[in-house]
Amino acid sequence: MRRPSAQYVFFAIWVLILCTSPFTGSNYMVRVATNIALFTVLAQSWNFIGGFTGYPSFSTAAFFGLGAYAGAITQNMGLPLVLAWLFATVFVTVFAAILGGVILRLRGHYFAIASFALLEVARLVIASATEFTGGGNGMNVRLFPGGPDVVAQVFLYSMVTIMLATVGLTIWVDKSRLGFGLRCIKQNEDAADMVGINTTLYKIIAYALSATFCGTVGAIYASWVGYIDPLDSFEILLTLKVPVMAMLGGAGTVLGPVLGAASFSLLEEVFWANFLEYNFAILGFVIVVLIFYLPGGLLKVDYRPLWRRLTGHTSSREPAE
Amino acid sequence: MEFQILINGLVLGALYACIAVGFSLVWGVLNVINMLHGSFIILGGYITFFAWSLLGINPILMIPIAGAILYGLGYFVQLGVINKVVSKPVLVTLTLTFGLDMILYNFMNVAFTATPRRVTLDLGSLEFFDIFLPLDRLLAMVLALALTGLLYWVMQKSRVGRAIVAVRMDRDAAALMGIRVEHIYAITFGIGALMAGATGAVFAFIFPVTTNLAGLYIGKAFVVCIIGGLGSVPGALVGGLMLGVIESFAGHWLGPQHAITIGFVLMLVLLVVRPTGLLGKKGYE
Repeated sequence: MRRPSAQYVFFAIWVLILCTSPFTGSNYMVRVATNIALFTVLAQSWNFIGGFTGYPSFSTAAFFGLGAYAGAITQNMGLPLVLAWLFATVFVTVFAAILGGVILRLRGHYFAIASFALLEVARLVIASATEFTGGGNGMNVRLFPGGPDVVAQVFLYSMVTIMLATVGLTIWVDKSRLGFGLRCIKQNEDAADMVGINTTLYKIIAYALSATFCGTVGAIYASWVGYIDPLDSFEILLTLKVPVMAMLGGAGTVLGPVLGAASFSLLEEVFWANFLEYNFAILGFVIVVLIFYLPGGLLKVDYRPLWRRLTGHTSSREPAE
Repeated sequence: MEFQILINGLVLGALYACIAVGFSLVWGVLNVINMLHGSFIILGGYITFFAWSLLGINPILMIPIAGAILYGLGYFVQLGVINKVVSKPVLVTLTLTFGLDMILYNFMNVAFTATPRRVTLDLGSLEFFDIFLPLDRLLAMVLALALTGLLYWVMQKSRVGRAIVAVRMDRDAAALMGIRVEHIYAITFGIGALMAGATGAVFAFIFPVTTNLAGLYIGKAFVVCIIGGLGSVPGALVGGLMLGVIESFAGHWLGPQHAITIGFVLMLVLLVVRPTGLLGKKGYE
């Protein structure tokens, strides 16, 4: 798992598995695949601010929920599906850039609290703007025409497309000056500022990027399920789950969030099927295991000793790379 | 009418201060945002409720008992789990306490279900100059203020309190002076949990006891800490009273559904304008 090229091969296979799920599995599998793509987008987006920049952002659910409502409202006003999704994307990005300019002046604990507060305020505002959003009763979104199989495939491929876009963006950021600057900020913000990185601008870009595709998948989600309400769209659990997924795979790596979102979602499916009552506790246990046993995430684990044991290779340790 | 709203706000504010004071202590000394705090309050409430309904123990008597049980829980959670990552970045500590909160929340939900329960004291109410004040609320307010005052006294006068303040001011210097920092961390977290448990016991006879309220309580703790400033008892008291009064008036003028929003918006503004809070200081005094 050390060479990136091998990772990309695994990633390509994984995308292929997700894309072929309508032909190989039941509608349930398609649903799982769509959900995995959705969470991959969220985790990958969080990675920009939380992974690369090291800012503990807990506002993912705010972006997701605002995207869902922006998409749903414009779609109900008569905007075509894709344009509504596009509008949600732009809206959430601008929203994040403006608010980022305000709350990114804070650091550490204060930033974390502010990002939580953003989520609460967004939810409360949406819940009280009854004439646009239906308030606590939620709102219906026009259903996508066509049979269940067609609908399932349309939304699966939409989610996977956004997922590929997010990964592509991550690859670009990782290699670009921006990514370098963000890593510098993570290491030492004051020093980064000193050597001439425009830290304010870079942080705002990272925060906006962490929102962009959350807005898109929020809007897609709204069209997909056809009904949204404030508690569901601005779920506090989501805002915790997404950073956990990213960290589980490996925060700040390119494909870590993909691995994290996939493994966490599959784990959750297994547990939901068997221990429905304990779905909160499972997230808690995953967090405890993650923090004490996998501090760098699954991608950072050295699998070679395990591999050698499995293949029966008993030669002495290879020299370190 | 305005006077009634003010009284309501002050009663609510004293309770908010009581929620926040333990949370603020842990945040200030350990630099850990304790997401468990809301669930600790609920757990204290359940202990009180079941002691009252099953064993017939007076809820006021349960305040120290619930506090002591929660102290033990908090002490060992800190010693066994959180101490190992206490100096890690906020993302790690916050995620960990959030995760622990999920576990506690889930087990409470399964064990007790989310059905709201309540201890009823039936004390009647007080009426003077058009002011209406239920006596159980007044009692809760007095107890909340007493608890907050007690913590202040412990911090100021006791040996442990001074050790906690010393660790907050300078961890390394405190260690050199012979203070066992890890032990003090565990005690501090224990005291935070104790305050939560005692708060839960007080709340049990004025608010319903249900896991659904854990999120609301932790939200209040955030806001009060930001308004009043971190890690000081007077700060939490001022922040709590201010939030109570503001919410009370905002609820009256703008409608109750906006009262919570106002609190959070105020917090966001204060965070940006004055992140140390209104009474923010460096040391824990």
